[in-house]
Amino acid sequence: MRVIPAEQITEALKDLAISANYDLGEDVLEALRNGRENEGSPVGREILDQLIENAEIAAKERVPMCQDTGYAAVFVEIGHEVFIEGDLNAAVDEGVRQGYEEGYLRKSIVGDPLRRQNTGDNTPAALAIDFVPGDQVKVTIAPKGGGSENMSMARQYAPAVGRQGVIDFVVNRVKESGSNPCPPVVVGVGIGGTFDLCARLAKKSLLRDLGVRHPDPFYAELELELLEEVNKLGIGPMGLGGNVTALDVHVEYYPCHIASLPVAVNMQCHAARHKTAVL
Amino acid sequence: MSDRKKIQLPLTPEDVESLKAGDRVLLSGPLFVGRDQAHKRLVDLVEEGGELPFDIEGETIYFAGPSPAKPGQVIGSCGPTTSYRMDPYSPTLIALGLRGMIGKGARGEAVVDAMKEHGAVYFTAVGGAAALIARTVISMEVVAYEDLGPEALRRLEVADFPAIVAQDAHGGNQYDEGLKEYARS
Repeated sequence: MRVIPAEQITEALKDLAISANYDLGEDVLEALRNGRENEGSPVGREILDQLIENAEIAAKERVPMCQDTGYAAVFVEIGHEVFIEGDLNAAVDEGVRQGYEEGYLRKSIVGDPLRRQNTGDNTPAALAIDFVPGDQVKVTIAPKGGGSENMSMARQYAPAVGRQGVIDFVVNRVKESGSNPCPPVVVGVGIGGTFDLCARLAKKSLLRDLGVRHPDPFYAELELELLEEVNKLGIGPMGLGGNVTALDVHVEYYPCHIASLPVAVNMQCHAARHKTAVL
Repeated sequence: MSDRKKIQLPLTPEDVESLKAGDRVLLSGPLFVGRDQAHKRLVDLVEEGGELPFDIEGETIYFAGPSPAKPGQVIGSCGPTTSYRMDPYSPTLIALGLRGMIGKGARGEAVVDAMKEHGAVYFTAVGGAAALIARTVISMEVVAYEDLGPEALRRLEVADFPAIVAQDAHGGNQYDEGLKEYARS
């Protein structure tokens, strides 16, 4: 059994929170550059230029690329042969607290949804834990902005709607979201599982680098078809019209009940931020 | 960016009249910054018959909640937030003289009606271009509601703040025009 003190997770998360908000991933930058080449709208091209320049300023000056530094969605994968010494939940929140303070990141969390007092330190994190083979711990943070999160939706269909029903739901969700989620977006799609697991699948799909297809060719093909359909909508950068509405569509699936076909769409703005460390 | 119209804030009625959906502009001058909770407080005040903490006549509000400034910075990253959340509040403020709004995403019918009736214009800034936009901010002060943290009401001086007219005072709507031009079936 390998022992990892919880403080190591705090330390890793602090650095990841800052880096995720300052350094846009090379996969996203590449997708923005490709989008710039394919965009037919002059205003759309100008917006994509600004986003690329913005990412360069943020990385160089060590400032957040977006003022919405997000809800700290944290994913911890724990190897079966690892024992974490200490309180993992507290260690994660402490990492978020330190990262958001030291990195001058915005504190965007209210303590309860109706009375709305800011917690002041961007905690608690939205933590998901998985157990996996091996003797390592993988820690990921994906700061999630509110504008795109608000455009997300889940639906429980009857199995009869099938593949086409899923396509219609996803494309319609992007259409209805319009200019709100900061297009060009990344569309995270969960299919199957239970009501709650389906939404989690959609969120997890956003952790995959842009341009990487689902390993199952059936779902890889679905992703490409969805991307093509979404980019026919004409929404374009910031919703002002154009060919580049989405940078990518990611699908994750899971077994589901014989009665059900759950689908969830988690919208992600172009600041598709996630950083991972392996301990 | 040379073909962008340079606009001096506060906006004049003539500016509002002449700006058309799709116009690319560079804004310079004073801007007030407020988002969800500041808007709620302002409109609650109006409904209770109170006086606003600033003179709104002719002014422009930027829907934003900046990240904290690092030492030596005027302001932290400072991009627009999604505007429809301010739709329940904007008509009241437009009726009191608000002439410009900057945010991102389309506005609803009641806001558009108020813009047409009283003369106001809605600009979009580039969502997520927050580090770039922060460079256009010359000064920042908190005007009210400091307890709201990132949602406090602020006043900025900006120089060449890049924006695009999304919805104008005559019902022109760049979101609709964009879809018409680029949607493929």
